[in-house]
Amino acid sequence: MPCLRARALTSMAALFAVAGASLVMGGHALAAEEVNVYSYREAKLIAPLFAAFTKETGIKVNVISASSGLEQRIKTEGANSPADVLLTVDIARLQDAVKAGITAPLKSETIDKIVPAQYRDPNGHWTGISMRARVLYVSKDRVKQDAFTYEELADPKWKGKICLRSGQHPYNNALFAAYVVHHGEAEAEKWLTGLKANLAQKPSGGDREVARDILAGKCDIGLGNSYYWALMHDKDADKKAWADATKVILPTFKDGGTHVNLSGVVLAKHAPNKATAIKLIEWLVGDTAQHLYADTNYEYPVKAGITVNATIAGYGTLKADTAPLAKIADQKKTAANLVDKVGFDN
Amino acid sequence: MTATFASPPRSLRLMPWGAGFVRRLLLRHVVAVAFVVALIAVVLAPIVSLIVIALGGDAAIWRHLAAYVLPSALAQTIGLLLGVAVITTIAGVGTAWLVTAYRFPLRDTLAWLLPLPLAIPTYIVAYIYADLLDAAGPVQSGLRAAFGWRTPHDYWFPEIRSLGGAIFVMGFVLYPYVYFSARAMFQMQSASLTEVARTLGATPWRLARHVALPLARPALAVGLSLALMETLNDIGASEYLGVRTLTISIYTTWLNRGDLPAAAQIACVMLIVVMALIALERYGRGNRRFFVSERQPRLVVPMTLARGAGWAASAACALPVIIGFVIPAGFLLHEVLRRGLLVGFDPDLLRHTVSTITLSAAATVIAIALGLGVAVCVRLVRRPFMAALLTLAGIGYAVPGTVLALGLLSPLVAVDDAINTGARMLGLAGPGLIVAGSGAALVIAYVVRFLTISTGSMQAGLGRVSTHIDDAARTLGARSQELVRRVHMPLLRPALGGAALLVFVDCLKELPATLMLRPLNVETLPTYIYQFATRGSFEEGALAALLIVAVGVLPIIKMVRYADLDIGGARRRSSSAA
Repeated sequence: MPCLRARALTSMAALFAVAGASLVMGGHALAAEEVNVYSYREAKLIAPLFAAFTKETGIKVNVISASSGLEQRIKTEGANSPADVLLTVDIARLQDAVKAGITAPLKSETIDKIVPAQYRDPNGHWTGISMRARVLYVSKDRVKQDAFTYEELADPKWKGKICLRSGQHPYNNALFAAYVVHHGEAEAEKWLTGLKANLAQKPSGGDREVARDILAGKCDIGLGNSYYWALMHDKDADKKAWADATKVILPTFKDGGTHVNLSGVVLAKHAPNKATAIKLIEWLVGDTAQHLYADTNYEYPVKAGITVNATIAGYGTLKADTAPLAKIADQKKTAANLVDKVGFDN
Repeated sequence: MTATFASPPRSLRLMPWGAGFVRRLLLRHVVAVAFVVALIAVVLAPIVSLIVIALGGDAAIWRHLAAYVLPSALAQTIGLLLGVAVITTIAGVGTAWLVTAYRFPLRDTLAWLLPLPLAIPTYIVAYIYADLLDAAGPVQSGLRAAFGWRTPHDYWFPEIRSLGGAIFVMGFVLYPYVYFSARAMFQMQSASLTEVARTLGATPWRLARHVALPLARPALAVGLSLALMETLNDIGASEYLGVRTLTISIYTTWLNRGDLPAAAQIACVMLIVVMALIALERYGRGNRRFFVSERQPRLVVPMTLARGAGWAASAACALPVIIGFVIPAGFLLHEVLRRGLLVGFDPDLLRHTVSTITLSAAATVIAIALGLGVAVCVRLVRRPFMAALLTLAGIGYAVPGTVLALGLLSPLVAVDDAINTGARMLGLAGPGLIVAGSGAALVIAYVVRFLTISTGSMQAGLGRVSTHIDDAARTLGARSQELVRRVHMPLLRPALGGAALLVFVDCLKELPATLMLRPLNVETLPTYIYQFATRGSFEEGALAALLIVAVGVLPIIKMVRYADLDIGGARRRSSSAA
């Protein structure tokens, strides 16, 4: 089978060529000073941040971004894992990383000084970098009310008026978990049942579609992350109309504040570039990065004294909920089970 | 794997027929059997590691799932699969039969336009149709303006973000799988059967239903199972359109409950169901086999349709192309122009395009070589257990990409650890994760995932060739290698081309396993688009999506032409041989 043999040889050659090329493309064993980041935040969006870091320090940043499974990947890669830093957009992921045993404690006075205690792990295994709030987008024309509580969303007066994405999406899951922390499982179930009864349609789409559906008149109130509205309003000419049809309200828990979630980092246990990794993490909570987080990503900076972006500031003053984030992360599973139980997404 | 494959010919020589034939046959084919078994071991590695993960959990989750999740997830999954099966079969088989059996206006153009929907990732098409058809979209806004309705509550319009919407989108994106396999089969069917049926007064409908379709069933099963597994494993489109399938439940169980073992358990159960369905189809097909006549492989001569019927056929073939390709591609092009994505061209995109093509091409070459090898080995050994092994080789397609990637990671890292330990024993510095952390991981993942496309097409292709031809060749003194080179390969060309194309385009579009396994700093076009999509503005990735289309369309057109020409060639060759 000479033809097949040639094919087999070609295949082998191709395999090696690709493997070789990828190693060069990856290039993580070559540069002098570098740091390898596994990121839940999209590579394209953090590129400006890392470019600024490289410019300031000369340290090259290599990135892999994904929307799930990075803790699992680092864990499976084991002692040879190239990961130095894991960047997440959800407090639960930070906890998962700690539980998976892939983190090392961050010993840094800089971080301890800058990041308020409630936004970092008491044992030093993770630190927050920035925050986003779970807010309401409401119709400018059809909703006159200016202040809301999360509890009130289950009030029958909003029957057929509410839109949101899947109850199992991490953003909603974290909010529901916070509800469990505030009111207990039984009350949370009642609330979810009520909220479900108020939905104008089956949960679907993403946070931006909530604004779109309000513009179209399908519903009047929706849940979304704080930065989406600002991005539609300031950065996306197409979707400005969606933002313009709605206004943002910072809802609160009756006995607390507005639900926030944390973007954070951990240092990998087997980090091959520990020193540069810590340098990067310290830089991320420093002024330059915090300003970038506020202005290009529309997040709330974790460092005190950094001004939030003007559009975000227009929502009003954020009174962040004080329920401990670690506790909220612990209730994720309960919240997920409740969503199934009340058939929220069905 | 491939090295084993390169050396067998001598041992595969024809045996003199005689007593103890079977035993010696197996002995003689030990290399072929060993090759298939070794390949299966590689393919099964991620499944085994998945089972290991599943066994690490307890069964506690099942009570919750059985009470609250599975009933609706099962209902939605079955509904989705049935709906997609209906659309893909009607659109795929119907158009394939029309363009093969009839001549009508624009037939040749439509024949190569029909596979194009494959070039656009399903979830992108889902976003596009949601954008066009939901309440704020141009269609409904236009209707409201035209009829003076104020809100969406004033009228009825089908909801795109729904089960029906998902069926619509996936059906019209995935029908080319069926189209491809059905067309390859119809093209190779001997004209004599059709002509006999026509002479006996069979109406076109009866001809299609009682002659052409039963003959095409094995190929149809291959195409349909690809389309359905693609549907079953989809996450992006289902989630966005609000359909909660079993795969979405696996995902939620893993992410929100942090319960990977339980997610692996659901994946395993799903895998068993899929394998059972495939086995059932095989069993239902039974031992019926249909061969191309070895004496007179005259091919179906297309009949020219009357003018009205002809234009009706053109319209019927154009509809799936318009829904599955023209509208989505037009939308993407519109976005690219309007957003000035060409002017503000992201230079990184070029690098990502090269990575995507390199990885996909490497995986395609390997998958096709392996698929061909397996199919030929199965053919040479001619034992039922070999056919069963062949089915097993396709198992990677039956698992959601993310789950497959998770399963693949441990075996790959185990190889790397062994390499590193070996290197250290030799006093060298450990090279790190040279398999799991490089493009090799992606190529391996693609091959494992899409091998079934290759083995399935090859087997369907070889299945049409009567084993009497092999016997005749053997009697004339042909060795195995000659048999494969001079008989099987020429007859396999159309199947080979079609399979290569499908694998390549599938690799181009692969998202979940790529996200999970790609090396540092490497993006493919789908992962590039995905980062915009997760932020809710997939339109910013429109140019990358169009690049996937462009890269995918060229081989599609080339392949369709190649397959068509080659049938002519096969016909010429066989007639000159006679």
